[in-house]
Amino acid sequence: MIITRFVQLWEDILYIFSKYGKVYLNGIFNTLVLSTTATIIGCVIGFICGVIDAVPIRENDPAWKKVLLRIIKVLVRIYVEFFRGTPMILQAVFIFYGLPYFTMNKVQFSNIWTVSVLVVSINTGAYMAESVRGGIFSVDPGQTEGALAIGMTHFQTMIKVVLPQAARNIMPQIGNNFIVNIKDTSVMFIIGFSDFFSVHKMVSGAIFTYFPSATIEMVGYLILTLLFSAILRWAERRMDGSSSYELVRADHHLARSGDYNHTIHYGEHYRNGNGPERKG
Amino acid sequence: MGELILEVKHLSKSFGSNEVLKDIDFTCSKGDVTSIIGSSGSGKTTLLRCINLLENPSSGQILFHGQDIMEKGFNAPRYRAKVGMVFQSFNLFNNMTVLENCIVGQTTVLKRDKAEAEANALKYLEKVGMIPFMNARPAQISGGQKQRAAIARALVMDPEVMLFDEPTSALDPEMVGEVLEVMRNLASDGMTMLVVTHEMSFAREVSTNVVYMDEGVICEEGPPSQIFGDPKQERTKSFLSKFK
Ligand SMILES: Nc1ncnc2c1ncn2[C@@H]1O[C@H](COP(=O)(O)OP(=O)(O)OP(=O)(O)O)[C@@H](O)[C@H]1O
Ligand SMILES: [Mg+2]
Repeated sequence: MIITRFVQLWEDILYIFSKYGKVYLNGIFNTLVLSTTATIIGCVIGFICGVIDAVPIRENDPAWKKVLLRIIKVLVRIYVEFFRGTPMILQAVFIFYGLPYFTMNKVQFSNIWTVSVLVVSINTGAYMAESVRGGIFSVDPGQTEGALAIGMTHFQTMIKVVLPQAARNIMPQIGNNFIVNIKDTSVMFIIGFSDFFSVHKMVSGAIFTYFPSATIEMVGYLILTLLFSAILRWAERRMDGSSSYELVRADHHLARSGDYNHTIHYGEHYRNGNGPERKG
Repeated sequence: MGELILEVKHLSKSFGSNEVLKDIDFTCSKGDVTSIIGSSGSGKTTLLRCINLLENPSSGQILFHGQDIMEKGFNAPRYRAKVGMVFQSFNLFNNMTVLENCIVGQTTVLKRDKAEAEANALKYLEKVGMIPFMNARPAQISGGQKQRAAIARALVMDPEVMLFDEPTSALDPEMVGEVLEVMRNLASDGMTMLVVTHEMSFAREVSTNVVYMDEGVICEEGPPSQIFGDPKQERTKSFLSKFK
């Protein structure tokens, strides 16, 4: 009877949880800390790469500046293609064993956290770099010209005008990367990181409850991703701010701006089209 | 005639092999309101964009108070702050309210403190009649309101010259008037202005000087009474006849 199997599964799960509940929670905690940290660092990397990519190379820049910019842009490209084009599980192995290999075991990663955060961050960064590039591209160039025209530098324009809008535009991708990271950090077991998934290996190895503990994992990951999707969507809505605005009555702003004492007639003057005529 | 502000000398601009501006010469003095008219594609926008260095001139000189703005090491951002530009497509910052649009340049470029910048912004928002909408975002207001906000955003920087590139061309007809009215008032306040326009009545009534451009050259220039009343060049005549 299938029902009895479900009852059995429930009992198995309860048993596993009574025995390893703390370990599971610790695994979930580690998974969340790793994916959050790496997503944040990845975003920073992504924004830096995206911004570098958007630096214009102008005809009348000095030659060294043009060459330097081109080299940096090529390096960024290589980084992005390399880390998007290879599996993260291999990148982890590659970096974890690569460092001691090249230093004849003199330098090793003493802390598994360091390596894990490093690998997931630069992986996320590679994906974010592309998103940010697209996000910057999606802000219409007219606004950049508007900013340049009032004397803002390229850098100021980026910070004040372009990046805030790019960031809003790519919020869905940032959220997506975070969700992917919650799941994909599971591959870090390969170098011995104790995340949520690694608990499964440990538990099923110890008491051979392969299916029940896999069920715990499935449900656990699903709850995490659903929960954070909801939180991210809520955050997006908040970022958009109010969809309406208050009309400001003239007396209100006069009260606000201390020494400012133009009379309201001035404004009416213009609206009625009675401005003084200019004499040729 | 006031003191010279801008001198354009033998200015040329090519995009690839397409020579869009050819040997342009003209000057602009304090208090001048110069209207630039001409058919589509004659290079009017390109000329304004060269003047505030959004476009790199191919050859020639542009002097601002006698200083060559194309010189190596010339501080373009600081110069642009003194030369206001109003675009056909408004180009307001969509991530800011109207008021913030008018503050950000003052605090980042002129390093004014927030309170001073806000008081100044309010002064100009009042001038263009945008106080009621100062807390709106660009997406929430009409084209005419956007353009008035864009004019205020340029004015708060205390520019010495204002460049307008067909400021009313993207507007529905019923909104053209409110923007032209703001510009008329600006002119009567003595602002130096360079206005690319298809609004012939504005060119005729408000400007002190009219420049007619055709195929990248200045074909004819003079006071509005002469250009509109007694054009010397055949091309000017035929262009103006389209507006009668
Ligand atoms: N970035 C560019 N690259 C190549 N060609 C350009 C560029 N900008 C303008 N041109 C060309 O330069 C010529 C003049 O354009 P410009 O926009 O200055 O004309 P305009 O007088 O402002 O016309 P309109 O009245 O339609 O605005 C056109 O033939 C246009 O195709
Ligand atoms: Mg144009």
